[in-house]
Amino acid sequence: MRHLLATRNLSYDNAMAILDTAQEMATVSARSIKKLPTLRGQTVVNLFFEDSTRTRTSFEAAAKRLSADVLNFAVKTSSVSKGESLKDTVQTLEAIGGDAIVMRHWASGAAQQLANFGWSSSAVINAGDGTHEHPTQALLDAFTLRHRLHGLQASGKDLNGLHVVIVGDILHSRVARSNVWLLHTLGAKVTLSGPPTLMPVGVTTWPVEINYDLDALLTQQPDAIMMLRVQAERMSGDFFPSAAEYTRGWGLTNDRYKTIEGAGTLIMHPGPMNRGLEISAAAADSAQNTALEQVANGVSVRMAVLYLLLAGQPGQ
Amino acid sequence: MVQEPVRKARTVMSESDIHRVLTRIAHEILEANRGVEHLMLLGIPRRGVPLANRLAEKLAEIEPEYVVLERTGQLDITLYRDDLARAESRIPATTIIPPAGIDNAVVVLVDDVLYSGRTIRAALDALADIGRPRTVRLAVLVDRGHRQLPLRADYVGKNLPTASSERVMVQLAEIDGGDDDYTSDQVQIVDVMH
Amino acid sequence: MTITYLITGGTTPDGVQTDIAIDSDGVIAELGQNLRAEESVVIDATNKIVLPGLVDLHTHLREPGNNDAETVESGTRAAAKGGFTAVHAMANSNPVADTAGVVEQVFSLGKQAGWTDVHPVGAVTVGLAGERLAELSAMHDSAANVTMFSDDGICVWDPVLMRRALEYVKSFDGFIAQHAQEPRLTEGAQMNESALSSELGLTGWPAVAEESIIARDVLLAQHVDSRVHICHVSTAGSVELIRWAKSQGINVTAEVTPHHLLLTEDYVKTYDPVYKVNPPLRKDSDVLALRRGLADGTIDTVGTDHAPHTEETKQCEWVVAAMGMTGLETALPVIQHTMVDTGLIGWHDVARVMSANPSRIYRHTDQGQLTDTGGLVQGAVANIAVYDPSHKFVVNPTEHDSKSANSPYKNMELSGQVTDVFYRGHQVVADARVTTPFQHSR
Repeated sequence: MRHLLATRNLSYDNAMAILDTAQEMATVSARSIKKLPTLRGQTVVNLFFEDSTRTRTSFEAAAKRLSADVLNFAVKTSSVSKGESLKDTVQTLEAIGGDAIVMRHWASGAAQQLANFGWSSSAVINAGDGTHEHPTQALLDAFTLRHRLHGLQASGKDLNGLHVVIVGDILHSRVARSNVWLLHTLGAKVTLSGPPTLMPVGVTTWPVEINYDLDALLTQQPDAIMMLRVQAERMSGDFFPSAAEYTRGWGLTNDRYKTIEGAGTLIMHPGPMNRGLEISAAAADSAQNTALEQVANGVSVRMAVLYLLLAGQPGQ
Repeated sequence: MVQEPVRKARTVMSESDIHRVLTRIAHEILEANRGVEHLMLLGIPRRGVPLANRLAEKLAEIEPEYVVLERTGQLDITLYRDDLARAESRIPATTIIPPAGIDNAVVVLVDDVLYSGRTIRAALDALADIGRPRTVRLAVLVDRGHRQLPLRADYVGKNLPTASSERVMVQLAEIDGGDDDYTSDQVQIVDVMH
Repeated sequence: MTITYLITGGTTPDGVQTDIAIDSDGVIAELGQNLRAEESVVIDATNKIVLPGLVDLHTHLREPGNNDAETVESGTRAAAKGGFTAVHAMANSNPVADTAGVVEQVFSLGKQAGWTDVHPVGAVTVGLAGERLAELSAMHDSAANVTMFSDDGICVWDPVLMRRALEYVKSFDGFIAQHAQEPRLTEGAQMNESALSSELGLTGWPAVAEESIIARDVLLAQHVDSRVHICHVSTAGSVELIRWAKSQGINVTAEVTPHHLLLTEDYVKTYDPVYKVNPPLRKDSDVLALRRGLADGTIDTVGTDHAPHTEETKQCEWVVAAMGMTGLETALPVIQHTMVDTGLIGWHDVARVMSANPSRIYRHTDQGQLTDTGGLVQGAVANIAVYDPSHKFVVNPTEHDSKSANSPYKNMELSGQVTDVFYRGHQVVADARVTTPFQHSR
């Protein structure tokens, strides 16, 4: 692995290597000295073209626990007001000297462009690009699932046979895309649910099942239900008539939560949650909700990715 | 096709040799420590782990108050290596520290081959991040020389003068038992000629 | 009158090997075997194809307004090198070619350059804004004598405005070239809408956005009995609609670009904006339908949609990158590769779709003349391209005469080279290099 750009083409072996490494990183996070000398002298650049305090902080914690130096570089531009170009920004950073670039960008494909167009010699980690992918989020979700199921015995185990339901705005969700590919690679069965207007064209060619009836899905007691965040701007795009109608159809309401309460179904959310819209307060605060574990596991998974990309010579 | 280098292997320790020196080392440890108080064995993956377990069993045979499960663990040093940039990154192995922790313990690090000393240097760093042992000792099955750091082992199964072009191969049932070319536990010197 | 050039041994589109004599008036003086002419320049065209000069109904020359990307001079030089003797400059310059003044400026720059004919395309609506008609008659009555109008780059979306435009140009036998793109269905569109666009997280440009406008416009053309030309047809469904319209006797003509005949959406996987174009690259099945449509006459002509862009507008994030690719200098090799080498059409058809048909659509009388059997015409203006179909090469955009290097064929191996071009009887390309421009008399 030279870069981590997407889960679409992440091999089973590499995915398992990241999860197994993350497992060891998690034990480091649990001890009193939460630091390893592994990446001493290396520099990780957090290049964020889009605000995300959560993701940036998680990567920063991961890099620091591995003793890397961290540079945070926030670029305030949007697709509307084009400022400094990606190429110029990256070449400026190259001159400062970084070993890895962790990039969040509003443009789909920006991470792949950065890795492949000869603009930079750094390892590139995609921290979310447009509506394309967010691979470390999917990895931490997979890690969380695996950890809940297998605990300390999780190492070496994949997600074979699990049933995961992803609910909501699949069309605009990079988290959903990365999860679909990774869960499939790891052997899980994935079902997508949500308003048909928020299902991408051609989704039937994906390795998933589609079921618009969330209640019917919940009776199957899936191993996990992943609630995607509803973006406020989707409501103005006529994707669904009203927030109330969305919640009635695809929110994890109290009534729906009661049907899985106490069952094995985990409730996952990439955060931040819109309580009362896609998830009710009771569901959000239940022990079945893994949101906080997901945050903690995010650091371990990102440590694993940084370690695997930076600690050794790139191999094939 | 990559031509496999011609290998000439000679066995320098047999299964019974290994068995014998581990028994001796167990006695040496007990003698030096004046018993099993505070004693904890930590094997360094991969082959230091089964060696530590075997030593622990022997200690328990001699001194029943040594409870193997409470006094034996493993210490992975992958993330503390100083040669990470030279090889493809490896998935770290698990570190298992017995519940009592290493603070104030007499930790005996166990590894199969002592060579440059860099693994042990990394292990000392790793230990320091976990706690503060009273004493740290080192037990190895083979010391093949060529030290690059000022370190020495406290307990040595066999001193084995080697050339740096040679490789020392240790086969142990717990790790290598599933391999096709495994016949019995042994230590071999392999001369790699290109 | 003297013979200035003698092209010997070449094969004209009718398959006949013939010599061609060009006289000092810039006219094809004689066709036949073993022609002789003392003191004329002799061009050996043995094993080469001699085509009527190519005519492109769809060219962006970027002047006025974006001279960094292209100028009339550089764009027509590139066109000459590609075998073209006439190009039609789209109206989306800055200022927009929506007045007699701007079209006359472009027309005049074309004459000054002297590499090919330059016919400015007038904007249909003022400022391409789609709100009210530009002064179409004034542009027609200007020195540029515009008969083709297009808001290319933007669809004339308002159905009433489109109807009025179609009606209005009937007074001088003009026509409207429609960029068929339903705007609401393509807001923020980045690539063909498909499973791939979903995977790549790029907003889709659905085929229906093109097809619904084509369906509407052929019906409008039928209703008001006018002529509509569909620019850069890109989907299999569009081909079907045009085939149906033609079967109904509707006066519709259609064009396809070389890139839509060769490239598919799969290239977008690279996120390299050199493959970003409007309409977008589609699927294999679309490419095959377009090839069949061009072969069976449903699609009348190849238009390059040569769209030069500066490096900074292409070396950036896909979603903000400019749309378009260069095409003048690679058009003929791509048509050979996709249509001739595949056995779909012969050289007579190439001469039709790249020269005779676009000339007929525009009503040119001094371009694209061809006999019924595909021969060159004695007495016609000597607009001629000599083409060596066996020459193999790797596309290197930095060697192009266009000022821009956004060729999607970069590093692709193709066959075919335009070796010699005669524009109005003057040799503007010799040995695949531009020579000197034609001097228009004032």
